[in-house]
Amino acid sequence: MKKIVQIENVGQVFNTKNGPFTALRDITLDIHEGESISLIGHSGCGKSTLLNLIAGLTRPSSGVMLCDGREIAGPGPERAVVFQNHSLLPWLTCYDNVYLAVDRVFGAKEGKAKLKQRTQDALALVGLSHAETKFPHEISGGMKQRVGIARALSMEPRILLMDEPFGALDALTRATLQDELVKILAATKATMVMVTHDVDEAVLLSDRVVMLTNGPAAMIGEILDVKLERPRDRLALAELPEFAHCRAAVLDFLYKKQLKRAA
Amino acid sequence: MTLAVVADRNDAGTAEVKGLRAELAARGKSRTVKVVAADAPAAVPGRGGGARLGEWMRALMQASLPPLAGLALLIGLWHLATMNGGGIPTPGKTWDAAVAIFADPFYRAGPNDQGIGWNVLASLQRVAIGFGIAALVGIPAGFLLGRFAVLSRMMNPIISLLRPVSPLAWLPIGLLVFQRADPAATWTIFICSIWPMILNTAQGVTRVPQDYLNVARVLNLSEWKVFTKILFPAVLPYMLTGIRLSIGTAWLVIVAAEMLTGGVGIGFWVWDEWNNLKVEHIIIAIFVIGIVGLILEQALMLVARRFNYESR
Repeated sequence: MKKIVQIENVGQVFNTKNGPFTALRDITLDIHEGESISLIGHSGCGKSTLLNLIAGLTRPSSGVMLCDGREIAGPGPERAVVFQNHSLLPWLTCYDNVYLAVDRVFGAKEGKAKLKQRTQDALALVGLSHAETKFPHEISGGMKQRVGIARALSMEPRILLMDEPFGALDALTRATLQDELVKILAATKATMVMVTHDVDEAVLLSDRVVMLTNGPAAMIGEILDVKLERPRDRLALAELPEFAHCRAAVLDFLYKKQLKRAA
Repeated sequence: MTLAVVADRNDAGTAEVKGLRAELAARGKSRTVKVVAADAPAAVPGRGGGARLGEWMRALMQASLPPLAGLALLIGLWHLATMNGGGIPTPGKTWDAAVAIFADPFYRAGPNDQGIGWNVLASLQRVAIGFGIAALVGIPAGFLLGRFAVLSRMMNPIISLLRPVSPLAWLPIGLLVFQRADPAATWTIFICSIWPMILNTAQGVTRVPQDYLNVARVLNLSEWKVFTKILFPAVLPYMLTGIRLSIGTAWLVIVAAEMLTGGVGIGFWVWDEWNNLKVEHIIIAIFVIGIVGLILEQALMLVARRFNYESR
């Protein structure tokens, strides 16, 4: 498989009031085309920092980050981000929030009708065609997050970056959206990197689970290959020994090897 | 709905005695009662409509009684203080004078003798011009100060120094520069209303949530799109607060400025009536100034509520 993102010996140091703070060190990871990866670890371990680096929102202090063989110098439309708190603009309707992204990526080369079609398709993909004219404050948290996903998908990104996309949702809504995401990923064959702290979510959605050690100076502790057939069914999975094995491996890493002493 | 509330209470009382199961049943019952109550106006138009009207009247009374009582207290005290004579006229005398004035608010009998309507309009016009220019200068300046920290650090000492200065201190400068009273008054309004707009706009810009700016960066929006789709709508509520404060100050200052510059205007009118010793007219002017200020404030509050996205 083709490597879409290459991360080599990346470290991230922040300058804080109390001197330099090393968030990440020696991160080396290749992400292949069409692959789903979860970044998991205890809070504060730098999962989001790593995702922001891939997104290009921050630049690494050391090491090299490549996307498609070119250095990641900043954010780009081929790397769409779904934020934890949906980050929809409250003064725009759901349609306009998505259209903003569509217009930016395709506005220069496509007509108005095509852009409109793309926006409607993206909202239909997440099952929100009926909410096009609604404002973010008029819809539920789960729906907002879906609009955020639609906005990211509408850009037809090569890689979808998600920062705890379902973290703020209740368990039932979360499960529904996870299942929808599985279907969308299968349909669009997009590459996905997701930050999560939910073990089931990580195993259910990913081909590989990347486990980070505790910060400061977090590094990749283990990488688990999830050898479960796709399409995966939430209910059937629970019975499978492989699922139990993967789950146990992640839990073992998080709660035995990386148990937080203070927290 | 009154019916439903009473039924709810009764049911809750019984339920306490009969325990949880009874309470559940009672809830069901109260729901039925509610439905009946809601349907009542349709079924029995006369009775239901009357009940609804009564309720509406009661809500109106509850909303308007305390303010009216406050007003009555003010007028009562005023009457008590003035009934034994003295310089200040009684409420009754002031009312009579007000009726006479408002019978013909738009007369013109020479440059210094015009109806109160013209005077108010002249003051509002001065405020509008001075405030308009201040908005044209202050709001863009606020955006620049919020966007560029260096500029903000450069201008902050100057603003901090000039902002507490009474606008009237600027009046002589205006008279010197413009050589005429009218632009000098406008200039005073300009100076006093520019600060809140600069400061609030700048604060709004620095407070645009990082999330929105991250969206802009991830989408790689052009500077123009960032401004129109993110910065401007995000700053708008802050800007409107600045505008509201500015208008309030401008309306405070215009009266004082006009007392000094003369011409037509509510401030000058107050001074003129003082010279004529028509104290009841001064009291009327005080009420007029207050009411106009209140209307300006409320109108802008209404606009601000329209653009407040956070609380919706």
